Amino acid sequence: MGNSGRSAGRTAAGRFIDFKAMGPFMALVALFVLGALINDAFLSSGNLSNIFTRSAFIGIIAVGATFVITAGGIDLSVGSMAAFISGAMIVVMNTLIATLGAGVETVLLGIAVSVVLGVAAGAINGLVTTRGKIEAFIVTLGTMGIYRSLVTYMADGGTLSLDFAIRDTYRPLYYGDILGIPVPVVVFFAVAVGGYVLLNMTPFGRKCFAIGSNEQVARYSAIHVDRIKTLTYVIQGLCVSIATIIYVPRLGSASSSTGVLWELEAIAAVIIGGTMLKGGYGRIWGTVIGAIMLTTIGNILNLTDVISNYLNGAVQGLIIIVAVLLQRGDWRRKKN
Amino acid sequence: MKNAAKNAAEPVVSGQLRLSARQICKSFGAAQVLFDVPIDLYAGEVHALLGENGAGKSTLVKILSGYHAPDSGEIVLDGSPVSFDSSEDGEARGIILIHQELNLADQLTVEENIFLGREMTRGWFLDKAAMRDEAARLLAGLQCDIDPCTRIRDLPVSDRQMVEIAKALSKQADILILDEPTAVLTGREVDILFDQIRRLRERGVAILYISHKLDEIKAIADRVTVLRDGSHITTQAVAGLEKDDMARLMVGRDIAQMFPDQIADPSAPVVLSVRNLSVPGQVYDAGFDLRRGEVLGFAGIVGAGRTALMEAIIGLRPRSSGAILRDGQPVVIDNLRDAGRCGIAYLTKDRKGSGLLLNMEMRPNLTLLALDRFGRFLLNRKAEDAALEKAIAAFDIRAADRTTKVGDFSGGNQQKLLLAKVMECNPDIVIIDEPTRGIDIGTKSQIYHFIGDLTAQGKSVILLSSEMTEMLGLSDRIIVMAAGRITGILDGEDRTEHQIMRHATGISDNQGVSVHG
Repeated sequence: MGNSGRSAGRTAAGRFIDFKAMGPFMALVALFVLGALINDAFLSSGNLSNIFTRSAFIGIIAVGATFVITAGGIDLSVGSMAAFISGAMIVVMNTLIATLGAGVETVLLGIAVSVVLGVAAGAINGLVTTRGKIEAFIVTLGTMGIYRSLVTYMADGGTLSLDFAIRDTYRPLYYGDILGIPVPVVVFFAVAVGGYVLLNMTPFGRKCFAIGSNEQVARYSAIHVDRIKTLTYVIQGLCVSIATIIYVPRLGSASSSTGVLWELEAIAAVIIGGTMLKGGYGRIWGTVIGAIMLTTIGNILNLTDVISNYLNGAVQGLIIIVAVLLQRGDWRRKKN
Repeated sequence: MKNAAKNAAEPVVSGQLRLSARQICKSFGAAQVLFDVPIDLYAGEVHALLGENGAGKSTLVKILSGYHAPDSGEIVLDGSPVSFDSSEDGEARGIILIHQELNLADQLTVEENIFLGREMTRGWFLDKAAMRDEAARLLAGLQCDIDPCTRIRDLPVSDRQMVEIAKALSKQADILILDEPTAVLTGREVDILFDQIRRLRERGVAILYISHKLDEIKAIADRVTVLRDGSHITTQAVAGLEKDDMARLMVGRDIAQMFPDQIADPSAPVVLSVRNLSVPGQVYDAGFDLRRGEVLGFAGIVGAGRTALMEAIIGLRPRSSGAILRDGQPVVIDNLRDAGRCGIAYLTKDRKGSGLLLNMEMRPNLTLLALDRFGRFLLNRKAEDAALEKAIAAFDIRAADRTTKVGDFSGGNQQKLLLAKVMECNPDIVIIDEPTRGIDIGTKSQIYHFIGDLTAQGKSVILLSSEMTEMLGLSDRIIVMAAGRITGILDGEDRTEHQIMRHATGISDNQGVSVHG
């Protein structure tokens, strides 16, 4: 144990910190190289556009989850919430066709309903957590069951289908493009930029970091802890609503199996991206890359026979665990 | 044996040489924190380790107890060289370090903590009764009446310290290292701890006692080793040393003036009045006036309700009654924001638990309380950086670089940063709770002068402290609390340790208030 040994350790720690910031991005690049090697079709513009479009749902929800998790909370209800909002949108729009017709107004009203429900559902999660002083895990586990059963009830155990009359009007929100970029990707990017600005450049974002880092310190720093925490759940609800708005025209239906396990994928995207699950540190761009990675894994497995597509979940799970292991290694180093 | 210091430092007691270290060097990264440091520890002695923050005391004892490996140098235990792989290794040899930061599991009971990892069992099951009895016996030996079934989170910090000591004793430590054990203890608890230390010394335990409280070293230690900037300065018998000598050895220079001159004008206008304030179960009918430019001290034993009263004033704790007047006008303060609007700021005594975000760097910590000043929608990083620049200069915060996590700072630098954070919202009234807990004498003096500067600028300070010297040295007037009530207001010549203790322990009766006021 000489001086040199110690400074070598220091260099390694330095590399780790670098890896922490760049890690998810490097892993994504590696995945893309792997994909390109496995199948020429991987880098085709059609396939890439498919990956990014598919990433948009989980990605948008995960941007919201980044706020909740950074502020030390967790929201397990997002998948059920998405299913419930999808169902409610379809019911409302189908009903409105009779009076308003199958025009843009009906779609806009459907979107408005989605936003109101998303914000309201998020506010419920947030208020019950903060006012009731109940663990977020428990509250959102409860609302997860509630939102899920509400959509099952609305669909009477079956499937709610969007009226074909309005599908053509609504269709461009998923299948359309702006300057050649699919609409969902544009929306995803916009949400990510908005999320980045809000989390990293505003007093609100700084307060999320502070609360997740140490709630007591935040309270002693004149921060309205309950208000900020509730707002993170509202942002989460809003993100679920936005994701749902572009999801509904894709299949045009909602059932009790809509959005199942989305909460886990969203949380996984956040964690892979380098946000601390215990709060206090969050990275929107990491989350975006995490969401794209999860979709890319599934995509690559689809393009190869080496690993069965049925093992998609196993590969994702492995990557989540490795990502967290790398983060933890970094933290242990810093303590010394 | 070739150390110059050794000759001047034959043990005062005639025990066996138990543990000795030679030429210990240690670096963290590029920074060397220990330079060829020697130390000897004999059975039956209390050996004090004295030095400013950052002098290398904690690193040295972590090396002695196996938490760190030295880069070079030798550790000899009972005549044979040893190298510990881990602290468990050290503990197995009877060397136990009680950390400055307590290591107790909050959610477990006292008994469970004491026997954590070495539970007593009967067959396959825990023998709870035996552990409870043993825990109770150990605690009784320390003369503290903590129920072994209490959860740690329900205990005050001082009791937690006692639990740590009981835990160490239960491990049959015969070399006990205490890293600033009294930082969170009150006077009475310190006395009990010292009795216990003396008893351990009689039993032949070798005790290494880290502190920068010179009184304590005078009271308890046989020998003292002084470290400064990672180097061994001297090892001497305490008997021949005066406190001034120790301070000079530790700081390396004379501390010309520990406290600022007091200049409060007794006829200055009252800026804050509190009337009939009560917090259920904690504060009863408290009232006082704070004048412009004065330091108003609040003395009392732990649990007297001083912190509760202050937290109630600034809206962190619900009050059942009471009125607050700012410059004579009644104000409503329901939360810290209201307090901030009234120009009142609070500096917590728990800088790690409620003061600073330890996993973040300086900038977000500095601006957190006054965040709205740095932009309504977008934060102005440039303004934040400028504020940090100013604060570092104004409060002499010494950090290697700006990206260092605040948790890695020394206690003194953390406290300076906390002070800077609170001053960032430019308050007229600052309530400071324990401004120098766990801080070395040089930094202490700096902080006292910062407080002096505040009052010189016309700001008013409310000072809560359990350190008598700083209470007497800084305060213009001293309010004493006992059991949730104000029992005395001491002014001028009355500001003595004796008077404070009389009122704090309830020897005087409450009618004294108006007479003294």
